[in-house]
Parts: sequence; structure tokens; C-alpha cells
Amino acid sequence: MAKTNSVVARKSIGEQILNLTRRPELGALAGTVIVYIFFSIFGGSQFTDIGGVSAWINTASELLIIALPVGLLMIAGEFDLSVGSILAGSSVTLALVSGFWGLPTWFGVLCALGLGVAAGYLNGLMVTKTKVPSFIVTLAMQFGLAGLTLGLVRLITLTTSIPLKDDSFVKTMFGGKFGIGEGAPEQFENAVFWALGIAIVVVLVLHVSPYGNWIFAIGGDIISARAAGVPVEKTKIVLFMSTGFGAALVGVIQALLYNGTSTSAGQSFVFNSVIAVVIGGVLLTGGYGSVLGVVLGTFTFSIVNRGVFYTGWDSDWAALILGILLLAAVLMNNTFRRLALSGGKKKEVKKND
Amino acid sequence: MTKRTGTPLLKLSNVSKVFAGYRALDDVSLEVYPGQVLCLLGDNGAGKSTLIKVLAGFHEPTSGTLEVNGEVTAFKSPKDASQAGIATVHQFGGTFPLMSIGRSFFVGAEPTKGWGPFKRFDRKFANETAVTSMQALGITRVTDGDRLIGGLSGGERQAAAIARAVHFGANVLILDEPTAALGVKEAAHVLRIVMQARNKGVAVILVTHNVSHALTVGDHFAVLIHGQKADDFAKGERTREQITDLMAGGEAMAELEKELSTLTGSIEKIN
Repeated sequence: MAKTNSVVARKSIGEQILNLTRRPELGALAGTVIVYIFFSIFGGSQFTDIGGVSAWINTASELLIIALPVGLLMIAGEFDLSVGSILAGSSVTLALVSGFWGLPTWFGVLCALGLGVAAGYLNGLMVTKTKVPSFIVTLAMQFGLAGLTLGLVRLITLTTSIPLKDDSFVKTMFGGKFGIGEGAPEQFENAVFWALGIAIVVVLVLHVSPYGNWIFAIGGDIISARAAGVPVEKTKIVLFMSTGFGAALVGVIQALLYNGTSTSAGQSFVFNSVIAVVIGGVLLTGGYGSVLGVVLGTFTFSIVNRGVFYTGWDSDWAALILGILLLAAVLMNNTFRRLALSGGKKKEVKKND
Repeated sequence: MTKRTGTPLLKLSNVSKVFAGYRALDDVSLEVYPGQVLCLLGDNGAGKSTLIKVLAGFHEPTSGTLEVNGEVTAFKSPKDASQAGIATVHQFGGTFPLMSIGRSFFVGAEPTKGWGPFKRFDRKFANETAVTSMQALGITRVTDGDRLIGGLSGGERQAAAIARAVHFGANVLILDEPTAALGVKEAAHVLRIVMQARNKGVAVILVTHNVSHALTVGDHFAVLIHGQKADDFAKGERTREQITDLMAGGEAMAELEKELSTLTGSIEKIN
């Protein structure tokens, strides 16, 4: 604040540090640092060198593309449990159109992304028109779309997995890989760039543009938001379309990266995205959260998920750690939220009351 | 009557509201003038909420007319009412506990800077405007617009909501039980804010069942019983006892007190 209004207090450095401790991301950051140190110790140098880093960065990138829009939606007070089937449905669509029927890959990609956006639109429409909780609507979509995908694919191809061969620019764009440094092996997925791009867009929407205010307001108090003139229904539908798009994009990336897909792809993303978002400090009931938090939550999830392989322990333990982490994160987030709500209130003032 | 001249800002004539055969409001007429506090008194279920919902555009009256500045108007939605300058503030401020003061102040009317697709939420302007508006109502303890609404006291939240309504040009402010959930000190704070809004020329409709709060700030009073306007009087025309009796349904209160005193008497006998 260069020019401060006389009535608005200037913040001292001490106050600014105090404000930092009230940031919702602080708990998420602590979580990320703790699990990283933990696996650096038990995973050894293999975890901390470029191979180990690329492993969890790749996992994090794919998850971020879905978790970021899911986070926005959760801040607006809604769930999307259909991302798994939207991912599978769109990756199968791409493989069918461009692999099975041999149409151009770019056309298949458009169909796949279109399917994701359309499914999201349908979710949003059903939630806003019927007032049925999004938990149920998207759960129905998750099962319905999975069944539809499996049924149609079996009818058309007689199998449940479809190969997709492509060496064009489109393949590089979505399913390519790159290495860091001269002659380094290509260990990083191009999904990293997609995740970065989406993160920037989501930061702009939530924290910079005026629309971010609508998202917080809808999740905080939907009746007041509507009374204040926020277009609640439209905003929600757009948010559902964005989670559909995110899931479809990962479907496209996976189909092109692995040269094919199956109808069971991506189901783990349903809960993984929720876990990452909640570890990142987004309030399950809406109205609170940040993009930085979601990014850190996704990192924490991915570090645990990949890190376990480097410890030599059975990978079964990863789920246990994630379960404990989820619980710890929610408890910690509640504490930080209380701190944030305590605001600048001084103790002696409280005593006077 | 105190300065009840000129056209009223808001005028209800013989308004009734019927819900599925139940008369929630029965032939109510009211006038609201700028710079005056109209206290709407009544027991629970007397029709206060229905009345303010009619004024705020949530309900359309079954019969009767509503005039804004002397012109007959029909509110089809809350939006119509807010465009006519009528703002409602609910008991808990109706705001967003986990949003910052600056952000919640401008929900639905976000200030932006920049151009075209590069428009950004103007956080600095939002924070400064929100804080200055609250300070104009006497809340000097709030200086940081980044603080969360949930971190404010009940009175400060009311102040934030009232400041917001005044900032967006409300000329009729409906306060629904603003002091009901507050302590003595906080309530006094809110009543002071009510007076400040009144002095700015805002017409205030204060809904309450606390007679002392009403008597402190009210210029004019209306008492509702079973959906009907039982009495309508200016400041100083009735005593506190008369008002309390009326709210409780005429002579009932005196009888109730008599009955209570016999009860306490019997307890003393037991002891």
C-alpha cells in the first residue's frame, strides 16, 4: 500500500507476519514440507534426484488439472464425483474416434473435450434445476456415464481397451514428454505445462477477477449471494463445465501418452481430487480456500503416493498415510481457520466484553 | 405527530397477505418517511416477518397497494425492491463469515480496475471503501479491510451490513431484529448506528420485540397483533406499559403477571 487513506491503518511488519500465520495455505505448506522431508529421509537419494522428482511432479500435474477446477467448485459449495467417468469416457471417445475409426487426432481430441464439457453442463443443469445435492447428481453421473461408456465400447469394439497410434504434433502437445538439461532422458510429461497454464487461469479467476468474489459468496451464503445479484445458477454451471473439461483433458493426455486407453481409466481421480483439495485447506462446505492451497495439497498427495515406492515398503502403506494425512489436514485447517477468524482482535478487548 | 409532512417514501394502503386460507396480514396501512425510524412491534407470529417480506419484494400482497414516493408500485422480486432503494439487513448481518470485509462489502457489485478482459478486482478500493463506510457509522475499531467478517463482533457485522446498504444508496433500511442476538453493549452500538443512518436521511424500519430498544430510537411505532395493525402512534404518545400490554395482547399481560405472582407466592410458602 503506497498511498494509504488516513483512516485505514498501515500494517506494520509484525502485523504482516501475524497475518501470514493466518493464511489458509500455511497448514497445507507445512504438510507438503513434512512429507517431503519424511520421504527424503526414508526414500533416500532416489526420491530426491530427478527421477524421483519427475515421478511425483507428473502425478501432481495430472491431478492438478482436475483438482484445481474441483477446488473452485468446492469453494462454491458443490462436489463433482463424476470426474472419474468423465475422464474414462473422454479418453475412450478419443481412442474410438481417432484410433478405432481412424479420424484425425485433433478431431478426436475436440470430441473428447466436448464430451467432458457437455457432461459438466448436464451436471450443472441438473444441480441448479432440480436442487438435488451435487453429491448425488454427480455420483449418478459417475455411475451412469461409466455404464454407458462400458456398454457402448463393448458393443462397438467387442473389447474394453482400445489402442491409439499417433505421432503427430497433437500427440506431442498432449501426451509428449521432455527432459531437463542437455541430453537428459525425457522424464517429465507435457501435462506439467497444462497444469501450469490451468493454475494460472484459476488464480486469475479466483483471486484477481471479480468472478472470484461470486464463487466465494455462493459457497459462503447462497441466499445472500443471490440477494446481492450474483448469477448463482450460471456461475455453478460454468464451474461444473470446468471440472468436466479438466477431467476430459486428463483423459486426452492419458490416451495419447499411453497410446490407448481402457474403460476403467481414471477412476482413482474421484477421491484423489477431493483428498488433494481438502488437504489444501478448501472448506468442504464451501466459502473458503485458495489456489496455492490446492497446489500444495496436490503436491502433498503426490509426494506420498509416489514416495512410498522409494522407501522399499509395500505400497499398501501409502493409502494409510494418506488417510491419516487427510484427517490431520482437516483438523489443522480448522485450527488455522479459527486463527483467521480471530482476526486482529486483541485479548484485552475480549476481556472487556 | 412528528414531522409527518410531504409524501411518504413508502406507503402501504390496506395491504393483506393470505397464505392458503391463513391471513398473515390483514388490512395493514403504514407510512414510512425519510429520516425517521419506524418501529414495527409485535409478538412472535404477529405478521412482522410477512410485512417486511412484502416490503422487500419476497411476497406480493394479496390485496392492497404499495406506493414508492407517491407512485403505486408492484415488486415482482427482491431485485425490484432493492432497485427502489429498499434494503433488508437480517439478524446475523446476512454476510459471508469467511470472506474479507472488503470482498463481502462488494459481492455482486465488484469494483474493477483495468480494461476489457484484463479487469481485476480492485481490492484496495474495496477495502478502503468498506472500512471508511463502517467508520462513518462509528465503528472505529475496524481498520483492516482484509479481516474476515467472521472475526467481527455481532454488532460490527450488523454495522458492516448497514454500511453496505447505505453505500449502495438504500433510502429505506429494514432491520430485522438487529439486536435480538446481541449483548447489552453491542445492542446499544447497533442502536447508535440506526440513529446515524436516520440522521443521514435514511428511513429505517426497525423490527423488534424489545420495547426499550424501540423506545430509545423510534420516531413512530406500529404494533401488529394477529396480522392486524393494533395501534399506530408517534413518540411519546404511549407509555412503556401500554405498549407491552398491547404487544402481549391487551389485558393478558397484567393477568399473566398476577398469575405469576401467585405462583411465586406459593413457592415461598413451600420454602
